[in-house]
Amino acid sequence: MHGTGISLIELGAVFFGLGLLGRLAWRIGVSPIPLYLLGGLAFGAGGLVPLEGIEGFTDIAGEIGVVLLLLLLGLEYSAAELVTGLRRSWVAGLVDLVLNAVPGAAVALWLGWGPVGALAMAGVTYISSSGIVAKVLGDLGRLGNRETPVILSILVFEDLAMAVYLPILTGLLAGATLLGGLTAVGVALVAVTVVLVVALRFGRYVSMVVDSPEPEVFLLRVLGAALLVAGAASQLQVSAAVGAFLLGIAISGSTAENATKLLEPLRDLFAAVFFVVFGLNTDPRSIPPVLGYAVALAVITTLTKIATGWFAAGRQGMARMGRARAGAALVARGEFSIVIAGLAVTAGAVDEQLAALATAYVLLMAVLGPIAARVVEPVMGLFNRRAAAA
Amino acid sequence: MVNVEVTPLPGIGTRQDFLSRSGRRIGVVSHRDGHVDLIVSKQDDTDACVASIALTVEESAALANLLGAPHLVAQLREEAAGVHTRQLPLSPGSPYDGRTLGDTALRTRTAVSVVAVVRAGTVHPSPRPDFTLGGGDLLITVGTPDGLAQAADVLDRG
Repeated sequence: MHGTGISLIELGAVFFGLGLLGRLAWRIGVSPIPLYLLGGLAFGAGGLVPLEGIEGFTDIAGEIGVVLLLLLLGLEYSAAELVTGLRRSWVAGLVDLVLNAVPGAAVALWLGWGPVGALAMAGVTYISSSGIVAKVLGDLGRLGNRETPVILSILVFEDLAMAVYLPILTGLLAGATLLGGLTAVGVALVAVTVVLVVALRFGRYVSMVVDSPEPEVFLLRVLGAALLVAGAASQLQVSAAVGAFLLGIAISGSTAENATKLLEPLRDLFAAVFFVVFGLNTDPRSIPPVLGYAVALAVITTLTKIATGWFAAGRQGMARMGRARAGAALVARGEFSIVIAGLAVTAGAVDEQLAALATAYVLLMAVLGPIAARVVEPVMGLFNRRAAAA
Repeated sequence: MVNVEVTPLPGIGTRQDFLSRSGRRIGVVSHRDGHVDLIVSKQDDTDACVASIALTVEESAALANLLGAPHLVAQLREEAAGVHTRQLPLSPGSPYDGRTLGDTALRTRTAVSVVAVVRAGTVHPSPRPDFTLGGGDLLITVGTPDGLAQAADVLDRG
């Protein structure tokens, strides 16, 4: 029997522990996401200390975490920025898509997870973590660098790609027939186009529905609207995350900025719970069999992201050092890879091992990304000196 | 004539910088939340920055004053006690981005006067009502504290 007191103690211990882990992570210059995942792995089924009695809360909190992660991803760029981004960087964006989605898809097919599993793994290895990238660029004082707009425009393109990808993925996960798949693709494209047009033309009215000068009222309205849209989308078999994401795109201007500011702490809280829950539901014993694949994917997709940045920055006339920095900055994968894996696994349409592979992969990439961004300059410096000496 | 380049940074803000005669890029990164980073590029690698220094609003105003740029504001402050001046940025995407100063009806609605518009480092003094505003412009305004706050709101939301 568990009383409320015990549940509060458990929950308190979890949050406090996550706080300590987060502090430690930023101290040593990596993202806290891998540590949250490890925390979840340690407490879950087959882990060190099974945690019981708070699943009711953590499960719904994890769901809210996904909704908030996607809502803020949608809020991050305005519809105008998305359209300009698409126009300016579609070539680099497509190179990014092909180079980084193919390795994930290939490994999934190799492991016999079928086309839907391949689509899910393609998303896992494709999407850079805009959260980690922006944080690292800020920490390293690179926001004023000339390659930074190139990096950001790739993230913008990925954002837009997600708007198309997520509805397709969830559609296929729900009813995996060819006809169902084509319908899902059609519905996804129409939905995204409608949302972009609404955001560009009538964004102010969408914003008006949620906007309020009182922070308290504003917070409740935005959160309420996000959960309503997410819930409705979920009832329509489009997945809660997609609904929240499209709502985020539709909200624009100063409303979007204020909403971001208000929701960031909430997102951090619930997203942390989401990562822990994901770790909890992943059996640590399922990781060793796929660890080799995770390492191989990590190596390959580190190189493909660097190639992407190198290519994109080269097109904008950056020097070698700038091109290398652009590539290394994009390496980090994180929250959205886990969101995609979570969608795939909860739908039950893909192999259970996908969660283990995605966990191991993100554990590696979320640590590797910030390190790559940091060491790229000394490493390139070394190369240049060697070249000069030879 | 200094050629200031304005580069949007999606999700962050904008970068405004220029290439100095000494071969360095100097400028600012304006974040969406209003704070500003002063940036100075490296000598050997102009793509990168040797420094990126976060400045508060007061600090950037102080630095600007030290460098002697906003003579106009300084003069106004000295000449008339009790007159409040404020530099109001017109963010790209504001309802008045691409419309004329007259369209804002600032004088009628908030009793605030626009005494100059700073665009890309150049000062356009005494703009007429048909002056077309653009995102990234800095409006030097004079008025009461209330009026100035209202004016900032009008420029943001229309």
